[in-house]
Amino acid sequence: MPLPFNILVLVCLLYVIFLFAVAFGADKRARHGGATWLGNPLVYTLSLSVYCTAWTFYGAVGYAARSGLEYVTIYLGPTLVMIGWWGLLRKLVRIGRAQRVTSIADLISSRYGKSNGLGVLVTLLAVVGTTPYIALQLQSVTLSFAVFAEQGVSDWAGGEWAGGQTPVDLSATALWVAIGLALFTILFGTRNLDANERHNGVVTAIAVEAIVKLVALLAVGSFVVWGVAGGLSGISQMIAESPIESWTIHPGRWAGLTFVSAAAFLTLPRMFQVLVVENVDEEQLSTASWAFPAYLLLISLFVIPIAVAGLAVLPKDANPDLYVLTLPLYYNQQGLAMLSFLGGFSSATSMVIVASIALSTMVSNHIVMPIWLSVRPRKEATVSGDVRHLVLSARRLSIGAVLLLGYLYYQFSGGGAALAAIGLISFTGVAQALPALLGGILWRGASRRGAAVGLIAGFVVWAYTLFLPSFGDTGIMSAKMLAEGPWGIEWLRPRALFGLGGLDPVVHAVLWSMLINTTAFVTVSLMSFPSPLERLQGAQFVNVFEHSARARSWAHSGAEAEDLLIMAQRTMGADEAQSLFQRQAVEQGKDGYLPDITPDFISRLERELSGSVGAATAHAMVGQIVGGASVSVEDLMAVADETQQMLEYSSQLEAQQSELTTTAHRLSEVNEKLTQLSIQKDAFLSQISHELRTPMTSIRAFSEILREGGLDEEAQGKYARIIHGEAVRLTRLLDDLLDLSVLENGQVQLNPQHEKLSLLLDRAVAATSSVTEGEITIRRVREAEQTQLYTDTDRLAQVFINLIANAAKYCDAARPKLEIRVSERPGELRVDFIDNGSGIPVESQGMIFEKFFRLSDQKAAGGAGLGLAICREVMDKLGGSLSYLPGQGGAAFRITLPQAS
Amino acid sequence: MIQMTDRNSDQLAEKGSDSEETRRTARQVLVIEDEPNIIEAISFILSRDGWTVSTHSNGETAVEAVRRVAPDALILDVMLPGRSGYDILQDLRADVATRDIPVLMLTARGQKNDRELAERLGVNLFMTKPFSNAEVLENLRQIVGS
Repeated sequence: MPLPFNILVLVCLLYVIFLFAVAFGADKRARHGGATWLGNPLVYTLSLSVYCTAWTFYGAVGYAARSGLEYVTIYLGPTLVMIGWWGLLRKLVRIGRAQRVTSIADLISSRYGKSNGLGVLVTLLAVVGTTPYIALQLQSVTLSFAVFAEQGVSDWAGGEWAGGQTPVDLSATALWVAIGLALFTILFGTRNLDANERHNGVVTAIAVEAIVKLVALLAVGSFVVWGVAGGLSGISQMIAESPIESWTIHPGRWAGLTFVSAAAFLTLPRMFQVLVVENVDEEQLSTASWAFPAYLLLISLFVIPIAVAGLAVLPKDANPDLYVLTLPLYYNQQGLAMLSFLGGFSSATSMVIVASIALSTMVSNHIVMPIWLSVRPRKEATVSGDVRHLVLSARRLSIGAVLLLGYLYYQFSGGGAALAAIGLISFTGVAQALPALLGGILWRGASRRGAAVGLIAGFVVWAYTLFLPSFGDTGIMSAKMLAEGPWGIEWLRPRALFGLGGLDPVVHAVLWSMLINTTAFVTVSLMSFPSPLERLQGAQFVNVFEHSARARSWAHSGAEAEDLLIMAQRTMGADEAQSLFQRQAVEQGKDGYLPDITPDFISRLERELSGSVGAATAHAMVGQIVGGASVSVEDLMAVADETQQMLEYSSQLEAQQSELTTTAHRLSEVNEKLTQLSIQKDAFLSQISHELRTPMTSIRAFSEILREGGLDEEAQGKYARIIHGEAVRLTRLLDDLLDLSVLENGQVQLNPQHEKLSLLLDRAVAATSSVTEGEITIRRVREAEQTQLYTDTDRLAQVFINLIANAAKYCDAARPKLEIRVSERPGELRVDFIDNGSGIPVESQGMIFEKFFRLSDQKAAGGAGLGLAICREVMDKLGGSLSYLPGQGGAAFRITLPQAS
Repeated sequence: MIQMTDRNSDQLAEKGSDSEETRRTARQVLVIEDEPNIIEAISFILSRDGWTVSTHSNGETAVEAVRRVAPDALILDVMLPGRSGYDILQDLRADVATRDIPVLMLTARGQKNDRELAERLGVNLFMTKPFSNAEVLENLRQIVGS
């Protein structure tokens, strides 16, 4: 009884929903700070199985049916890399983490002097090489649907499908699959602009799919061996009798294919994504180095038995690429067929999802962002644009575009060619990035020009000898051209370049493209002189294990720290940017959010940014703010003494020196603080004297005037009012001083109470209503204020009142507004007070918490200049903090309070 | 920015075209001080005593104001917005046109080194706030007479 087609669709949908749930769950878990699945080396290993696409799931059997054991080469390449080149992989992963690499294009662009040209080149190569592969996945899903549909056609005939139509519109299926995949990828692949480009949800779903496809293939294989052939001896018998037995091994083809699959394993965008970008711990590689080859072994175990059984049992015209599906159906094993279908579906979808994430990152970082940056005026782009939003939209659109491209390719290529052929063509195409990649991490002499020329040459040869001829003689190349060469020039025949005929087309293309690519790369590298930035990056990459410090890439400059902060907030998100700047400031021994702009800080910031937008774009964005000079004299000198020992020695010295500088910096700061303290004490006494004597002067002078008499009533009243006002001012000053002294001496009695934050803010707003009424609009989000506090709420209210009153007094906007923003972080509650005035100038930001500091000499403002100093002491006593938050567009203060988690 | 109360500016205009007699008695004093209530108090006391009082409260433009008004005596605060009274005094003593103007300095920070600095710079008298009204008048008369 054949399986009804609609049940198949239903199961398929359920499976997709299950995958969504898995991805959603993993994402949620990661966001809430729980242990991520990504940390597990087995999950990492399973995610590497995106290597095994539908091509390997369905195609390997077809491949075996056509060419015997040759399919093993596809697994042999990666196995050799995982086991034999373990050290190289570790180096790649280390570089990827140290330089915050987002894709293979980013790695190559970053290595060769953050050249965006190379980034674009690799991106194009990847798109051209991957599109047919995505088409292939769509085709395999569609074909497998069709297999079931044909099975069920008898059920459907006579129904609404009657009239000679096929029950399933293949191209519509492909379209729906493409749309579904785009949706999934956009949802989980571009959820946020993660600093490290890691996608918990996606990787976890991929790992689940990896298990499904392995189980499916093992199940079908076991069924064939024990269910059909009747055990191991039976299957050996079948193999001996089958035509597969007679196929011989061609050593040239074996070597060529093994090499291509090894190269592709390193350079395929999706492999680079899971291998390097999604890696969270280098140690995972040691597990993966045995576990992944084991996975490959298991998945290839039953290929030959299935192929043999298919050849023996199924009709001659059955497509060998679908034996995995048609064999169980032939024996009416509906459940098994369904499992097998899901395995193939998993293989196809996981590849498409990861590939489109990788490609969209490349397209947005290397094509969209640079164009956007170049059309916007200098500096304005980075400071005022919403870069984050732009990058996310660019990624989403790119995902859509990549899938659309795959779908169009599928439509126009007609889905005819054998699956394995397309796979090998793609492999050879992306393998062109290998010389630039390996040269970049192993050879310091490799230069940008060399990489570019090699890439272009390899790409052209590949297109000419393999890609274009693959469309057949009806495509771009005519049969005549294929046979006799263009314009009859024999040595230019696409399949026998330089007269080297008689080779297999793939081996021929691999041989020539890699040879020409590598030769051009090495020759041009030797002939060209790399730029300083290239050399610095080269040293970083090649000696990644020795160098812990990073290359300096920016000269000292007077860049505005605040501009950089604004730009970073727009790109990385406010939280991450602020904590980065704050950490850096603390390391420099400074307070607040604005560190000194040192070359170290700039290169660190650039690295963090490149985690979001790629190295070349990050470099350009920082460059727009910091200014043109990209390499300092120090850097040039570092380049000048190139020899290995010199560099190592100088990097050690540099490390020592930077340690010494930090210590010296700290010491001189402590010293300065001590002398400051003594000066401050005198200044404080003299300030207090001044603040007390000034009102006293008015009081004494006017009371003498009044005592002498002879004044009219109006004058009398006026002078009495002045005396009263000054007396009040004096009292307030004494109160403040007393308050501050109590707080500073730590004698303060805290009186903790439970109160909801929203009610406390209500109180503060009400208490200041006489000052704020009609002066300033206060905006709050009550839903965010529902936290229950346990602290000295009266003291906290005092701080709130002070900040609100300050905003009302000093905000100089035409229509003053104050925004009170509450947010929670693990272990911390934040309340930000942000107004829309002109803010506090950078040079005063460090002073506003000092006693008696007034921003203006507005005596009218009333206070003695003790308010913020008191507030800071109060927050300190409450275990929290009060600080100025730069880069918010107006004056902004942040209160933090510890939260019991 | 010169702040002249209405009364003072009237008097200035009047006295300028007056007889020798009045000119000698109604002498001109310039008060450089930034605290509005203290300005009001000093202006009241001095004008009641027959002085023509003009006031100025910005440190940066104070020297300019002294040159323009050319007063018979100057009452100078130390803590002024923009520029300290010491700097102003130094400039005045360096310029021939203002070198001989008698200066009475008033300050709310009465430490010993403040007084010494003022004396070194050539102040005629140094008084600490708060002051007695009578003492201010007496001291002012004294420095103008000497």
